[in-house]
Amino acid sequence: MSDLINTTIIIATVASGIRLATPFLLASLGESIGQRSGVLNLGVDGVMLLGAFAAYYTVLKTGNLFLGIMIGLILGALIGLFYAFITVNLQAQQGVSGIGIYLFGLGMSDLLFQKLVGTPRPIMPFRILHIPLLSDIPIIGEMFFDHSLIVYVAFLLVPLLSLIINRTTYGMNIRAIGENPEAADSLGVSVGGIRYSALIIGNMLAGLAGAALAIELGIFQHNLTNAMGFIAIALVYFGAWRPLGVMAGSLVFGVVAAIVLQCKTLGLIPRSASDLAAMAPAIITILALVVVANRFRQPTALTKPYVRGG
Amino acid sequence: MRRFNFGTVMLVVLILTAFCVLPAGVMAAGKMLKIAIVAPSASNDLAFTQSIVDGINAVKKERPIDLAVTDGTFVVEDAAAAIRDYAKKGYDLVIAHGSQYGGSLKEIAKDFPKTAFAWGTSADTFGLPNVSSYEAASDEGGFVMGMMAAALSKKGSIGVVGPIEVGDAKLFVDGFVAGAKAQNPKIKANVNYIGSFSDVALAAEAARAHMAVGADVLTGTAQMVVGAIGAARSKGVAWFGTQADQTELAPEIVVACQVYKWEVILRQILADMDNGILGGKKYAITLANDGLMIEFNPKYKLPDTVTKIGKKAVMDIKSGKIKPLK
Repeated sequence: MSDLINTTIIIATVASGIRLATPFLLASLGESIGQRSGVLNLGVDGVMLLGAFAAYYTVLKTGNLFLGIMIGLILGALIGLFYAFITVNLQAQQGVSGIGIYLFGLGMSDLLFQKLVGTPRPIMPFRILHIPLLSDIPIIGEMFFDHSLIVYVAFLLVPLLSLIINRTTYGMNIRAIGENPEAADSLGVSVGGIRYSALIIGNMLAGLAGAALAIELGIFQHNLTNAMGFIAIALVYFGAWRPLGVMAGSLVFGVVAAIVLQCKTLGLIPRSASDLAAMAPAIITILALVVVANRFRQPTALTKPYVRGG
Repeated sequence: MRRFNFGTVMLVVLILTAFCVLPAGVMAAGKMLKIAIVAPSASNDLAFTQSIVDGINAVKKERPIDLAVTDGTFVVEDAAAAIRDYAKKGYDLVIAHGSQYGGSLKEIAKDFPKTAFAWGTSADTFGLPNVSSYEAASDEGGFVMGMMAAALSKKGSIGVVGPIEVGDAKLFVDGFVAGAKAQNPKIKANVNYIGSFSDVALAAEAARAHMAVGADVLTGTAQMVVGAIGAARSKGVAWFGTQADQTELAPEIVVACQVYKWEVILRQILADMDNGILGGKKYAITLANDGLMIEFNPKYKLPDTVTKIGKKAVMDIKSGKIKPLK
């Protein structure tokens, strides 16, 4: 047991939890924006897969990580635009449309990978970004400031999005149309326009999550995300549609997964219970979801297409 | 009326005689065989699925084969639908490449008694005359590489990233740990089954967890290890691979790989089919029958002493002097 409280191991476990949480955080932040505007997108995982492949392939061909990230973002924006057209203009049923996006992303990313790349080939991953002073703080520095740029970006987005949603007119409009689109419309707010923008931003973050995952791992393969997008949707409910809550949920999931991994590595979890332990992050997240989410209600207009005068 | 001359008649008789006398196997060797593979991961995963596709492609150079592959069927129900579909379409041999497909295959094979099925990794044919099973003695290569890993480790600590504790993954892991302990009884060999065959991110973090507790040599099995190899590469930690040659993923850290040569048993299965045997037999690839090969990465500067340990272990297993898990 003394191994478990070894400082080096604790540092490694927390750092691992933060890395594991990052793609969930980016994707769930994006999904929370869309849901706050009243649109559910079950296709997050498909967008992540397409973003991951696009970024991977770009880096494989150019060696430029920044360009890879940009392509992931742009691809997310394009899917967001398409999804907005389906759900806002065509007023399609959101659950089914989202599943369609997921299946499209799963199949298309694999098809493109097979045709354009073939066998998994490694790419240059992100480098650790050393932050002067902060990275040098004993223990804390290694835990929180020994990561790649994308990890810092993901966590910095939390206060930024909190600020936008809670303190700006744009954020107020998103919340208004997610709660009462008729009232917002009567006050001159463009329901369609706001939903379009929210879905574009949300899907950009999903594309970024996929891009971050592929570049962090330095590889792509079939179904790389392994259903991360669906967990990200659950984390939105866990976080009660608030950036801080979403971050807490992502960290719980990531850190519990890291603790389980570390305990298995140290032999603290018997092999017979290994598979059961692998479910711990999901079980703990579901339990927390039941406790936390019941105290908050979802946006009133969530999943409801808006028809003026309808 | 045109008359056939004696020479023409003799030629026809000779040809007909040849068709009657030649063994069925020689006849069948010329026939286009329709073979289908249903497998869980991508056919180019540098691991489990690629190994069987490579195997068929090797046999394809020797005899005409029409190959169809349905890969990425992690969902057993999808795989079952594909297996049944290939059987319905009249494929001569349907290979269900995944131990998880056994339950479905047992039911499907009964409905197509004239179709040959092969599945692995397993040693169970369900008592059906049209089902063959195949497995890899992956503990053998695991044992060899475990010995080399223990000899290579400077810190006396090695790590294993496994998927789920079943099939050839378990055999390999157990063999690797046994080999490491045989080489150095004091070696710390940590094993981490992550609970998934497909979670690349978790496999990467499992490798990092091993390195955090001091492991300076790693190995792993199944298709999600591409993540673990990337993590090992970022720290320059040595890696031993299995199932396929993983050198191209990280030429600077991959020491050696146990490569599956399924063509060895595929040839046996096809030869049996030529003789009218559709199943009921068990096959295995081993170091002794060259179905398992230890391929060293020529770019990795491995100390001669470690190479010798590996090669001697291969010889000892082939000769029966060493029995890895006994």
